[in-house]
Amino acid sequence: MDNTQSFRFFNRGPTPVARLIFFALLSLLLLFIDARYKHLESIRNILALPIQPLQRLATTLTTGPGILWDQFSIYVDSQGSLASENAQIRQQHAVYAAQLLQLQVLQAENEQLRKYFDLSQHADFPVQMAEIVYLERDIFKRKVYLDKGSQKNVLAGQVVMDEVGVVGQVTRVYPWLSEVTLITDKDHAVPIQVLRTGLRAVVFGSGNISNLTLRYMPISADIQIDDVLVTSGIDGTYPPGLPVARVIKIERDPAYPFAQILCAPLAGVDQQRQLMIISGLHKLPELPPAEAKEKEPKVNKTKRSRQ
Amino acid sequence: MRAGDHYSKDQEFLLPANPAFIGMSLFVALMLNWLPWEGLWLALRPDFAALVLLYWCTHKPHRIGIGMAWAIGIFADVADSSLFGQHALSYSVLAFGGILLHRRIQMFDVREQPLQVFPLLLISYAVFAAVHWLIRGTISWEFFLGTLTSALLWMPLSMLLQTMRRTRNDPNEL
Repeated sequence: MDNTQSFRFFNRGPTPVARLIFFALLSLLLLFIDARYKHLESIRNILALPIQPLQRLATTLTTGPGILWDQFSIYVDSQGSLASENAQIRQQHAVYAAQLLQLQVLQAENEQLRKYFDLSQHADFPVQMAEIVYLERDIFKRKVYLDKGSQKNVLAGQVVMDEVGVVGQVTRVYPWLSEVTLITDKDHAVPIQVLRTGLRAVVFGSGNISNLTLRYMPISADIQIDDVLVTSGIDGTYPPGLPVARVIKIERDPAYPFAQILCAPLAGVDQQRQLMIISGLHKLPELPPAEAKEKEPKVNKTKRSRQ
Repeated sequence: MRAGDHYSKDQEFLLPANPAFIGMSLFVALMLNWLPWEGLWLALRPDFAALVLLYWCTHKPHRIGIGMAWAIGIFADVADSSLFGQHALSYSVLAFGGILLHRRIQMFDVREQPLQVFPLLLISYAVFAAVHWLIRGTISWEFFLGTLTSALLWMPLSMLLQTMRRTRNDPNEL
């Protein structure tokens, strides 16, 4: 049967070479459009609708047995231990409730004080909890997917953190999912400040899960091992004062113009399952257009000419 | 001599490939690709979809062609949120290689096929990495470990698909 078919090989539409050229050109065109413009996002969203449930299924199929075992062991747990645990939790709850009351009082007081100082930029950030659904399967990238999407008002550019520090940034939003690029992704930049000295810098991801690098710092820069880096909030994307990383290694080699500084992320970038999405940041006023700067020297020149 | 034997055995025992069976095998391969692979396992993960595609391209080149490979590549692109056309391009190149060399590959015994398949996989992986390098400017070499594991998986996979196509045809065979 194979033989009879192979005689008609060239009668069945275009040759493989022609097909390869056609599909290769189509792919290259799509690649170009996708890399340069954002027109294909809607098509991607539509195609993702049937695919994402399948992906989720694949993930639950592998983690499923573990969850079933957990449920089984919970079922087997004796009623007595549950009752004692319940009592303990109730006690704890009472303690926490008291502490929470104190916290609310403190928050109110703090807010009032801040109003006095007009530190509006340090306002509380609305926070949304989200869970990691699955991980990126592309070896080149450091990304995770969270289970909140545009249905829950997640926007691209929002910051994701755990209870210790910054984890990453939302880079793409699907209806029920959002894609988070971790701060350790290659060349992902976070504007930071050294907590001890207030020195401003930008920390870059290295592509390695446990490393960040501080580039372009002069050899004489005042940075020590164990310095904590917090977000500076200067670009308006990251809220100020969130812990990002800790300096773990400094190499000051006079042969290079810059010191080589390695940092470790504070947040468990690859350990958490529950993460927080920070939303509702204050919009900074727009950057004044560059022409304003050019005008100033002209004014000076006219002044000088007048003098 | 042995190669001729193998070819005639192919004709004798195998069912004509059922479209549902082809679709099912591709679907299962994609699902295997979408399992939560991580870290070193991700680097070592054989590309199941590419292997199954290559199997059908070499064994049924008139049924599964470059167009199908391209469509599956688009699905993989959406699932992995890589750039549109990145997987599609590399799978198209792979399918083309498979169709071009399908007689040559089938001439060899199943134990000798991995060496024939390896360069095709390498080229398709290289296309994927080259696109990534052109657009993002970075490359990680452990990515190419996947070609080795894929080539190693070729033999068990093609034997599995072969037996699955054979059993219904001849119920007396084991």
